[in-house]
Amino acid sequence: MIHSLFLINHSGDIFLEKHWKSVISHSVCDYFFEAKEKAVDPEDVPPVLQTPHHYLITVHRGKLFFLSVVQTEVPPLFVIEFLHRVADTFQDYFGECSESVIKDNVVTVYELLEEMLDNGFPLATESNVLKELIRPPTILRSVVNTLTGSSNVGDTLPTGQLSTIPWRRADVKYTNNEAYFDVIEEIDAILDKSGTTVFAEIQGVIEASVRLTGMPDLTLSFMNPRLLDDVSFHPCVRFKRWESERTLSFIPPDGNFTLMNYHVSSQNPVAIPVYVKQSISFFESGPCGRLDITIGPKQTMGKTVEALMVKIHMPKAVLSANLTATQGNYTYDLPNKVLVWDIGKLNPQKLPNLKGILSLQAGAPKPEDNPSLNIDLRIQQVAISGLKVSRLEMFGEKYKPFKGVKYVTKAGKFQVRT
Amino acid sequence: MSVQNFPPIYSTVVEIFQWLKSVYKNISFPEKGSCLSSGRSLAPRGRRSCSSIGCIVSVPFGSHNNVWSTGRDPAIWEADTDAVYAALSHHLWSTFTAPEAKSSNEDLKEMLESNKESLKLEAMKRVVGLIAKGKNASELFPAVVKNVASKNIELKKLVYVYLVRYAEEQQDLALLSISTFQRALKEPNQFIRASALRVLSSIRVSIIVPIMMLAIKEASADMSPYVRKTAAHAIQKLYSLDPDQKEQLIEVIEKLLKDKSTLVAGSVVVAFDEVCPDRIDLIHKNYRKLCNLLVDVEEWGQVVIISMLTRYARTQFTSPWKEDNEKAFYESEEEKKDQTEATPYTMDPDHRLLLRNTKPLLQSRNTAVVMSVAQLYWHLAPKHEVNIVTKSLVRLLRSHREVQYIVLQNIATMSIQRKGMFEPFMKSFYVRSTDATHIKTLKLEILTNLANEANISTILREFQTYVKSQDKAFAAATIQAIGRCATDISEVTDTCLSGLVLLLSNRDETVVAESVVVIKKLLQTQPTQHSDIIKHMAKLFDNISVSMARASILWLMGEYCERVPKIAPDVLRKMAKTFTAEEDIVKLQTVNLAAKLYLTNSKQTKLLTQYILNLGKYDQSYDIRDRTRFVRQLIVPNEKSGALNKYARRILLAPKPAPMLESAFKDRDRFQLGTLSHSINSKATGYQELSDWPAVAPDQSVRNVEVVEPSSSESEEQSSDESDETSSDSGKSSSGSEKSSSESEPEQKKKTKTKKAPQKKSKAAAAVTAPSFGPVKTHELLHHMTGKGLSAKYHFPRQPCLYQPSMVAVQVILANSSDHSLEKIHIGDRSPAGLNIHCFNTIERLEPEASVTVSMGIDFSDSTQAANFQLCTKEDQFSVSIQPVVGELLMPSTMSEQDFSKEQGKLLGMNETSATVAMATANTSSQAVSKQVLSVANVGVVSSGPNDLHRFAGRTVSSGALVLVSLELKESSALLTINTEKSVMASMLLRDLKQALALA
Repeated sequence: MIHSLFLINHSGDIFLEKHWKSVISHSVCDYFFEAKEKAVDPEDVPPVLQTPHHYLITVHRGKLFFLSVVQTEVPPLFVIEFLHRVADTFQDYFGECSESVIKDNVVTVYELLEEMLDNGFPLATESNVLKELIRPPTILRSVVNTLTGSSNVGDTLPTGQLSTIPWRRADVKYTNNEAYFDVIEEIDAILDKSGTTVFAEIQGVIEASVRLTGMPDLTLSFMNPRLLDDVSFHPCVRFKRWESERTLSFIPPDGNFTLMNYHVSSQNPVAIPVYVKQSISFFESGPCGRLDITIGPKQTMGKTVEALMVKIHMPKAVLSANLTATQGNYTYDLPNKVLVWDIGKLNPQKLPNLKGILSLQAGAPKPEDNPSLNIDLRIQQVAISGLKVSRLEMFGEKYKPFKGVKYVTKAGKFQVRT
Repeated sequence: MSVQNFPPIYSTVVEIFQWLKSVYKNISFPEKGSCLSSGRSLAPRGRRSCSSIGCIVSVPFGSHNNVWSTGRDPAIWEADTDAVYAALSHHLWSTFTAPEAKSSNEDLKEMLESNKESLKLEAMKRVVGLIAKGKNASELFPAVVKNVASKNIELKKLVYVYLVRYAEEQQDLALLSISTFQRALKEPNQFIRASALRVLSSIRVSIIVPIMMLAIKEASADMSPYVRKTAAHAIQKLYSLDPDQKEQLIEVIEKLLKDKSTLVAGSVVVAFDEVCPDRIDLIHKNYRKLCNLLVDVEEWGQVVIISMLTRYARTQFTSPWKEDNEKAFYESEEEKKDQTEATPYTMDPDHRLLLRNTKPLLQSRNTAVVMSVAQLYWHLAPKHEVNIVTKSLVRLLRSHREVQYIVLQNIATMSIQRKGMFEPFMKSFYVRSTDATHIKTLKLEILTNLANEANISTILREFQTYVKSQDKAFAAATIQAIGRCATDISEVTDTCLSGLVLLLSNRDETVVAESVVVIKKLLQTQPTQHSDIIKHMAKLFDNISVSMARASILWLMGEYCERVPKIAPDVLRKMAKTFTAEEDIVKLQTVNLAAKLYLTNSKQTKLLTQYILNLGKYDQSYDIRDRTRFVRQLIVPNEKSGALNKYARRILLAPKPAPMLESAFKDRDRFQLGTLSHSINSKATGYQELSDWPAVAPDQSVRNVEVVEPSSSESEEQSSDESDETSSDSGKSSSGSEKSSSESEPEQKKKTKTKKAPQKKSKAAAAVTAPSFGPVKTHELLHHMTGKGLSAKYHFPRQPCLYQPSMVAVQVILANSSDHSLEKIHIGDRSPAGLNIHCFNTIERLEPEASVTVSMGIDFSDSTQAANFQLCTKEDQFSVSIQPVVGELLMPSTMSEQDFSKEQGKLLGMNETSATVAMATANTSSQAVSKQVLSVANVGVVSSGPNDLHRFAGRTVSSGALVLVSLELKESSALLTINTEKSVMASMLLRDLKQALALA
């Protein structure tokens, strides 16, 4: 299965290597560097590469490449999924997944990698199990450890490993018992020049933060489960109950986790929260162009649109932008040719507008195509599909937990073609 | 073990360290403080104080003396002493021959050899840091390996990391650690046993193969499933180290495959795949078990098991795909039915079992699991069932870029064969400008595959946007896609062609070039009147510099030179001027054009052709020279050329078949979907071919397990229910055990248990005794208005009372609807005084809005006299009463029809009560009758033949007296008879039943 792992930063340095079978020289990464040279963008590097003796499967996460070396046939998604799980674990342990953090915690990282795979096959990937084996570093703990000489490494088998519910550890105790659920929906849409919707759909996710004592058995039910078209669950959710009753019944993992992902059925029309009036044009004569964008609210369910942001990947010829924004401010990142207009709250009385001149490289041909706008936004306290949690019940424990549900709508891949 | 046993070595070690001391004095030496931190900075000799030398040099000496001589660590000495000696001296020698290069690690070595755990740990952490960076730390081996038996678990683990990394290089020294692991394999702590086996099997030293083999065999029979899992991993390690052990390893695999633990299943299948993938006979007996365990196996194991079972199923079952499925696709439903009757294909229940048990996994969060289920359905399911995977695959497109890449590749292959599967989701494959290029091209590929007469206009409109993309590679791919649509769907060929011609005036060269190439192919498929386009292209020729496009235009000119008789010679004239500067491919086409024109229009082009042929004759490329020579011989008649000359025209101007514009994924389906081989489109090492369906299914009985098994569908139901239950039960039991440690009273535990899922229990109880039992009737005990916020309801759960068999179980639901918490809820005085009540334990505190269910037992002594008692809180007392319904004072009793008649015969006369009941019409079916009777009384149904006589039997709870109910149905009425010695109860029961049956 997975033979070796190399962590590579953006400038092409291998800063960590781990081998689960015999050692493979890091020269194998040269094939990867070759492919990286060819690609314009790091995102364009093909995830699967073939070399004479090995296969390289790479994942790009947070400016790092997780490059795994495989020698024999293995489902590529298996490796990709695992590498992302590794990155998730680092994020979970250290708060972020970056080169400096990994270098600072190299021993913990190594211990983690050692536990996660045995002979290239995943052994423990559940965060709860790992945290019992290797405790995450905290300042307090490192001070205590230096004073007492105790270590971060557990010497007994985590209870989760053997049980049928590996995601939860035993003997969880809290003084405040709380269970919070965030229903986050993202609108993926493509609008064309005239503002008509080419394609729109809603994807949602329920993120949970559960801190409950003992072994609670939770049941979460929805007012309108029919909205949900396609779902995927955390392993804790009992699929049979969902099939028969459309309720989520589960013994939750301890801490933060993604309870379910869902797709809202395409029969329901998708509410598009904003409309965009835009005109971008490049003049045939003279090296400049004009840009004029106005954004207004459309179907916002009576809530304010916040954190509104427009991102435009400009054609290569655009040198600078001389614009005026009636609200918020804009920046033009010259090396990457990205124009970002950070608007903030959308005020329906006074619509934000960005207008001005784009100057082009002299002599360069007029760009063929107008750049498309990527829109980012957030609407608090509403799930745009109308999904509502009706209640959360707890069995198996006596205390009464604090419960809370929060709804947020965001723009996912929301694109306006011009 | 002490020093005396090894005098020669002891003395040698001491000698070595004395030498070491002297060497250290001569070379530069780290300062005392620095050995804790970086250790790289070597202090100049003059700066260090004398005391610090003494201190540091004595540390390694002292510690060595201590560890190595007093035998604190006997494990190490159990190994071959000569080997130790040889290895150690060799190591020291190599260290000192190059002191400068390696001195940076000296301080690490000292730390490792110190007495302090913290120093050792710090050193090991730095060593691991070196390994992580890929730096060589092998010279520290002797110093590290001594710590293998350390008590400090973190230190030990880091040593393991080191050992596994360098054991192969330092085989002799690695042997020193083996006995430690052998001992650890006998530890009572399963975690330590498992990690010892992990490390032992990871040490790639061939001498220890027998030890490993033994350890694996023992571990495979270990109590702990975790250790057995580790053993399964160790099998593969040993196999890669020594393939000769195959036979023995297969025996272990066979044993582990029988393992019922979900933990082991995945790992052993990996071992199976690696060691003996062709031994499918090992799977037969475990097939059903694996299918049933699948849902509970950890996600990584699911992936490997599913792909293994896919291969297995293809060898064991017959094809569920109808031979003439394409025809069936267009035929109407009825005809299809006829066909299935004509060729009776019945799916093997085991085949069905696999399909059914993998289906829920489509909802997994793990993308690899979803993909593996999708490929299983693709390769194994009947064609009409494959569609269920579509939604899940489309869902994966929301995931990371790399996941998208793989999933899109697989969808591309699927969509060629089955457009219908993904057509409804066409819009999910629309390209966004922010997608990576390889994602874009894959989406384009899929959109092209999905194109048909109905949706082509939408797709072409979408393509128009893509052609303008700033990503030129993608724009070029779009043009190719348009070309494919044009050939596939003849209705739009002209539209596409004119669109492509428009693109010829595009400013971007790659776009123009790609258009030319595609137009060339299209014109070839449509050899009708297109001379306009050819002329247009000839005009563009001067502005195009991409060689592939130039070559394409030249070829078009030559092929259709008779359609453009004026332009073609002019193009040739231009080419003659630039010939030497052109690329090879353009030169070849120029020669081609010249030859064709010479044959059709020799008057105008004879000289030009000869000029070009002369240029070609002296070209640098031998391909061009070769081609020129060939063409000259073919077209220019001379005495040597012979007969071939006559056919030159027919050879060069033969009508050529049009090229097929095909998908790049056309032949990808030769690989199993979801595999690495499919992704790279070539066979990867270790790829297992998916065999074709056998014409005749092999013997099915091989999968039968000796133990009597229920039919497969039943077993599936059961096991999945069980798995559901176990997951919830494990939660319960562990919480239960938690409680028992804190609160020792057994009642408390029972209470919490009943509290957990009251509905579930009552349902279960009903299911056992009465299959068609309606909802439980709940009665009010205390209204919250009278109870100052405390409300109580009760119902009869109809289960035997846990406390005393003569009691009737009652469940009370207490709820607090006030705004303050209620404390100390308990049962106070009761009347009649002799009333036997089993109270629930005092509830210390009931928060506002909370409710709690408690169970109690009441001995009603077979009378319907109400049980009065007081429900007390800390402040108040409320008199309440539970009025039993007569039917609840019974317990169902099971008896056969014969017994029933016999007992009935004993209870005649005084003991018989009967009445005629006017039956409501809705109640005449036997099911409705049982339902009504059971809703009134807790009795059991006596099974009887299909006649109009229904019998029910029960016993009173307190005295256990028999109560027999029989109901004889007539036209619109029925004769209801009750036989029991409790005549009061009989009459009350009769009244209740009469009421229930007469009701609607």
